[in-house]
Amino acid sequence: MSLPARSNALHFGVLALMVVLFFVLPPYYAGNLSRIMVLAIYAMGFNLLFGYTGLLSLGHAMFFAAGMYGFGLPMAHLGVPLVPAMFLGVLSAGLLASVIGFLALRTSGVAFMIVTLMFAQAIYLTILYFSTWTRGEEGFVIQQAERMVMGIDLTSANARFTTAFVLFAVTFLGLARLIASPFGRTLIAIRENEERTRMLGYDATRLKWQAIVVSGAVSGLAGAAYALLFGYVGATFATVQYSIFPLLWVLLGGAGTTIGPLIGVFFMFYLIDISSSYTNAYMLIAGLALVLLTVFAPQGIAGELRKRVATWLP
Amino acid sequence: MAAVTPITQTPILETRGLTKTYSGIKANTDVNFTLTRGKVTALIGPNGAGKSTFVGMVSGRTPATSGQVFFEGKDISALPAHKRIQLGLAYTFQITSIFPGLSVAENVRIAARRLAGAGLADRVARALFRVDLADRADQIAGDLSYGHQRLLEIAMGLVQAPRLFILDEPTQGLSESEIQGFIALIRSLTGEATILLIEHNMDVVMALADRITVLDQGMILEEGTPQAIRDSHAVQAAYLGTADA
Repeated sequence: MSLPARSNALHFGVLALMVVLFFVLPPYYAGNLSRIMVLAIYAMGFNLLFGYTGLLSLGHAMFFAAGMYGFGLPMAHLGVPLVPAMFLGVLSAGLLASVIGFLALRTSGVAFMIVTLMFAQAIYLTILYFSTWTRGEEGFVIQQAERMVMGIDLTSANARFTTAFVLFAVTFLGLARLIASPFGRTLIAIRENEERTRMLGYDATRLKWQAIVVSGAVSGLAGAAYALLFGYVGATFATVQYSIFPLLWVLLGGAGTTIGPLIGVFFMFYLIDISSSYTNAYMLIAGLALVLLTVFAPQGIAGELRKRVATWLP
Repeated sequence: MAAVTPITQTPILETRGLTKTYSGIKANTDVNFTLTRGKVTALIGPNGAGKSTFVGMVSGRTPATSGQVFFEGKDISALPAHKRIQLGLAYTFQITSIFPGLSVAENVRIAARRLAGAGLADRVARALFRVDLADRADQIAGDLSYGHQRLLEIAMGLVQAPRLFILDEPTQGLSESEIQGFIALIRSLTGEATILLIEHNMDVVMALADRITVLDQGMILEEGTPQAIRDSHAVQAAYLGTADA
């Protein structure tokens, strides 16, 4: 098989596997799939910037939150219907990313990490400051009655899975396509050697800014989808913890691979889920597993696969 | 029609008063330099003469402290590096700079893709063929030998079909046979591109250069044909020192 054919087979195979899992797994595990897929959208957005462009943001929670609040606030306070609200969520995150990207790209390396971290903290504090509307830490619930599209109740197990699956599939295939496009290849070139890319006539700063905007918008889509499917909008999702999660998922799953983010979310989700059923000190077990994986598979699960088994992995 | 200067008469590259100061230390002082179109010009000089700084300012990698750069008669002093490259300038680094994690062909593809036009695969294959790396197209660039990596970087320049090709010590680290191949390659480019070559290997300079410019202590010491430079007392003094120095 040619390379594009192989990666198509892989991507459609992964999607088919998700559908099969939904039907064969017991209800609890099948239900988890929706959450995993939504978080994987977030991880994929982060991966575009970190794994493919080589920019480490420590503030991606601000884009997740922008999507969440950009979706939830207009619904709760202005009565905006669900579908336009979803677009507003993605748009808010994309706009925020374009401004933050413009400012943060004046720095690079460690300074870029600190600047994104600080901006995210500022956004978090802004959410708390406007608690009249955002209800701060406590957050607000999006009523079941509002979570309907064309008479379909999105809170039912099937509809929730379908919604998460469609959003996941679109993002997954869309980003895979983006990575294979000239734009994506140039982002990889920037990750590999920015100075060389610049001296081949590419406007590296502009390309990095575009990557931040796409990455932010995809993360915002995940935030909006999370609020939509689980009916809750809260400031917790804007905390540092939610900036670190995508980094862990992507590192575990394999940075700079298309399937890494999904694998990473799966792995972390069940690592915590299973270990917490045995002990209260589940974070200790999770931490240990993370350390072992970093030592023995520093490129993440899909990264190791690419190195040892399938060098063609996109 | 007498007022119209044909484009071929404007020098492809000209610098006026180009100066670079690093915290008080002058790396280049008032360099007024004109590059003849279609020729191979070698830029030579002792270590620390300011050769790389000079081409850095020409390509836009290094911001100039003062002075101007004209490319095809157009003032490009204010343009960022990528815009200058887009005008038809290609640059190879003194220290090999490629994409080590990507395949050899992908390295050249990235260089080629910026230019519009069909036949990308063709252009990539041709550039690799010219530097004799066609059979290594699928290898990871970082796994190539040092000499091959240097040739790859030259292929990345060639594939852009540059009007001005700046090579910063291209033969450094090449074997004798690779150097002969390089000389043949540059000779085959005459007529296609103007070449500005920074070079320490005098055999290469004498084999290739139509003109030589000697930099010393950040200033142009001498300019002329290889024979004139060979006979210049000032150049001999700069390289070898004088009896009374």
